[in-house]
Amino acid sequence: MHKRLIVPHALFQIMIRRLAHQLIETHRDFSDSVILGLQPRGIYVADRLQQTLKEILGITVQTGYLDITFHRDDFRRRATPLAPNATKVDFSLEGKRVILVDDVLYTGRSVRAAIDAMISYGRPDQVELLVLIDRQYTRDLPIEATYTGQRVDSLHSQRVEVTWQGQDSPEDVIWLLTPTPDQEEPHATA
Amino acid sequence: MQQLSVRHLLGIKEITPQDIQLIFETADQFKEVLNRPIKKVPSLRDVTIANVFFENSTRTKLSFELAEKRLSADVINFSASGSSVKKGETLLDTVNNILSMKVDMIVMRHSSPGAPHFLSRKIQANIVNAGDGTHEHPTQALLDSFSIRQKLGEVAGKKIAIIGDITHSRVALSNIFALQMQGAEVAVCGPPTLLPKHIGDLGVKIFWNVREALQWCDVANVLRIQLERQQGKLFPSLREYALYFGINKKMLDELDKEIVLMHPGPINRGVELTSDAADSHHSIILDQVENGVAIRMAVLYLLASKG
Repeated sequence: MHKRLIVPHALFQIMIRRLAHQLIETHRDFSDSVILGLQPRGIYVADRLQQTLKEILGITVQTGYLDITFHRDDFRRRATPLAPNATKVDFSLEGKRVILVDDVLYTGRSVRAAIDAMISYGRPDQVELLVLIDRQYTRDLPIEATYTGQRVDSLHSQRVEVTWQGQDSPEDVIWLLTPTPDQEEPHATA
Repeated sequence: MQQLSVRHLLGIKEITPQDIQLIFETADQFKEVLNRPIKKVPSLRDVTIANVFFENSTRTKLSFELAEKRLSADVINFSASGSSVKKGETLLDTVNNILSMKVDMIVMRHSSPGAPHFLSRKIQANIVNAGDGTHEHPTQALLDSFSIRQKLGEVAGKKIAIIGDITHSRVALSNIFALQMQGAEVAVCGPPTLLPKHIGDLGVKIFWNVREALQWCDVANVLRIQLERQQGKLFPSLREYALYFGINKKMLDELDKEIVLMHPGPINRGVELTSDAADSHHSIILDQVENGVAIRMAVLYLLASKG
């Protein structure tokens, strides 16, 4: 696998801070707004945004984790079962402005499943989507992000990997992974 | 991801400790689903499940049906009474006819031990054993262990006494296998006439005195007296059984420790358990019922994803 750094640590920090400021422009004091991180990797973005908003505004924005496994449309089409992750939504979404958060937007199918899963917790007033990386021109469904960290041109065979300081990396960085010819798959999934 | 080692859930004996762990982890997530305002997910929307019950059942059938509907499966129900079984149709013919209607999974209860095992060798659909005679009732054992894990944190190292009619109980056998597989110590307790002759060979302790069993255990899983399965009189009267093997609140209060009380239902109130014991703070009987739906959702979900 060939790895190319597309977002270095310093730029990553700026990206998160810029996204936080964009959210403040729209949501002001977040009195009716909540953040929902999509499991498994969107929760790190959600936590980091919550932390950054606290640094800037001094308030803790309600943040939950949403698992979409049971709402995916490729169940029984995979070789192995999909492992569910924990959902932690300790508040009602009824009448709220929801910011769905994920690390990478690719085909749009995860976001479709997330909207479906989210509605089990009440009817939000408004739903927005925030992603760190938008793999543009790869959508299967007509879904676009409201807030984007960076747009990336990529092939189906490539993968975008967001690694987090304290989780799986010494620094927050984003990589573009290209398989070598002997590793190439017909259709990558993330 | 890890997946089940089996295509059918026929009994606890056929599965592994890793399978049990996977079912529990999946059930944890389904419990969360069951507490949402909208308690339904679309996972099995392209799956048709037939509940084929050759024996009467209330809670198991309802629990499976609810689990299937919560997963968005299409459900058909079959009961032997009032069906062509009464006209002499064989089990295989009955099930093959159901499968011709493009059914993907069969949940089956049958009075003959081994009936689902026989079917699993003949048909392609996934089979879940919902109780076969006096043999096994795997989902009940799974939900019992899951309830103990929820209440006490873990099953390993705990002492569990299964009290009552062991001979005629499919719940007892599945529970013994499941609990031992998870590292628990298991004992059985009942009148000698209701304990199978070689039950000790399964590595369980035996008590004939219910007070001693309660003193020993962390969890008392009390079974129903299955009058419908007894050929002859195995104890003089229900009154005498209640006197010697029934559990009441006073007995629980006299213990110098906390104890967890379980029952797979339906309870013969005043026989195995008095009402004040069944409804006491020791009891997790209603938690068992709630957990039953989550466990059955997990089993159906994991089997359906095996294809």
